Amino acid sequence: MLLIHCPYCAQTLPELEFTYAGEAHIARPDASSPVSDEEWRNFLFIRTNVKGPHYERWRHSHGCGRFFNAVRDTVSDRFLITYKAGEKRPELSDLLEKSK
Amino acid sequence: MTHFSALSLLKNALTGNKNWAPQWPDSQPKAEYDVIIVGAGGHGLGAAYYLAKEHGITNVAVIDKGWLGGGNTGRNTTIIRSNYLYDESARLYDHALDLWDGLSQDLNYNVMYSKRGVLMLAHNVHDVQSFKRHIHSNRLNGVDNRWLSAQEAREFCPPLDISPTARFPVLGAALQNRAGTARHDAVAWGYARAAAMRGVDIIQNCPVTAIRRGPDGHVTGVETARGFIGAKKVAVSAAGHTSVVMDTAGVRLPLESYPLQALVSEPVKPVLPCVVMSNTVHAYISQSDKGELVIGSGTDQYTSYSQRGGLPLIEHTVAAICEIFPIFNRMRMLRKWGGIVDVTPDRSAILGKTPVPGLYVNCGWGTGGFKATPGAAHMLAWTVAKDEPHAINAPFTLERFGTGRLIDEAAAAAVAH
Repeated sequence: MLLIHCPYCAQTLPELEFTYAGEAHIARPDASSPVSDEEWRNFLFIRTNVKGPHYERWRHSHGCGRFFNAVRDTVSDRFLITYKAGEKRPELSDLLEKSK
Repeated sequence: MTHFSALSLLKNALTGNKNWAPQWPDSQPKAEYDVIIVGAGGHGLGAAYYLAKEHGITNVAVIDKGWLGGGNTGRNTTIIRSNYLYDESARLYDHALDLWDGLSQDLNYNVMYSKRGVLMLAHNVHDVQSFKRHIHSNRLNGVDNRWLSAQEAREFCPPLDISPTARFPVLGAALQNRAGTARHDAVAWGYARAAAMRGVDIIQNCPVTAIRRGPDGHVTGVETARGFIGAKKVAVSAAGHTSVVMDTAGVRLPLESYPLQALVSEPVKPVLPCVVMSNTVHAYISQSDKGELVIGSGTDQYTSYSQRGGLPLIEHTVAAICEIFPIFNRMRMLRKWGGIVDVTPDRSAILGKTPVPGLYVNCGWGTGGFKATPGAAHMLAWTVAKDEPHAINAPFTLERFGTGRLIDEAAAAAVAH
């Protein structure tokens, strides 16, 4: 089982308290301008599905109930960082440097 | 290579089984092929076999990063069925079922296809209504599926607990008689042997690191751990790793890769005569010919390439199995493992051409690719040979995610495949 650090509760807790919520930092296309089928497809369906560090959203559903972001290595399932929603996307090179 | 028959068995038995020839050679890559298939699972090996057998294309290589059949082909719970809701899926999976029927004879290899029936349990009113809808839809499509009362289900599968006080009461079940199981490894081995006999090269332990394209955009070959191998056409059938491989050709896919787990018990005498599935409590179980109970669990909630998966899912599945079959609550589990499944948003496969000329893809089979093996292989071979999809796989395009013409088995089947 994964142990996940909630950046709001400042606690590291078992995975069962959390719900995975898909890839992070995917912006909805601006609907005030015409949106092509391809843009909608990319927004709705296309995912990086990366083998390695993955930016993703989690929700502390059985705790504070809030969404936050995380970077997790999809090969080792190890979390590199979790951070609050709305915070700037951390640079991968910095994270990898820090985790050495 | 030896043709397997009662006579060859007898002859080799009399000579101490010392004269069996290897079933396929360990091929070294040539400089160029007509077709390269990435991924030596059942789907990829089968496609190579049908390319050689039905389309006369024998200058083919199947390349895998590991050993053949070592991915999801060797990790699934071996269930075969075709009772899908939508017309497109019913046609595709029933085509596979038709091919399963004659596969052992066709390959001259016993794949141990056993039509023991798949029983899908209904535990609540929603299940009853949804399964009956499935049955009607299946019958309109000529797919075998029928409704059993709880009593009839119990007669078909005696260890089932149908008492009204059960934690998950059984209100009835859908039964597909034609469905069942097959020996998963034998499917990969049978296809590998039959393809190799027709001149196909099977190259193992050779990761494909990139797909190369020429200035006109057309595929020119693949980069591998053993250097560049040229190809006029490349078909990717790499299950959970399809995103990674296709990304090197500049094709992004609507796929997410999740670990899916399964487990087996200690072997016991025959006790479970059929396959039993329960979508609502998410458990499926059958008994292998060796006597082990083979139990399928669910996918983890997070994407991963770890081929492990988390223990909470196993706990949940085993708890559900013990409620449905109290007789199993003292069984000991021997092993559990995970495979990486590539899941599409509508839970239907992508099988056809890609925006890159000469590049084809067979992916997105998610948690249910084994049952489709002969059908998917047959359609992939057709698509590669003719450079256009067959009528059966034509709806399973990559474009459907742009047009919105989805085949939404996700909503239809809810969970278990």
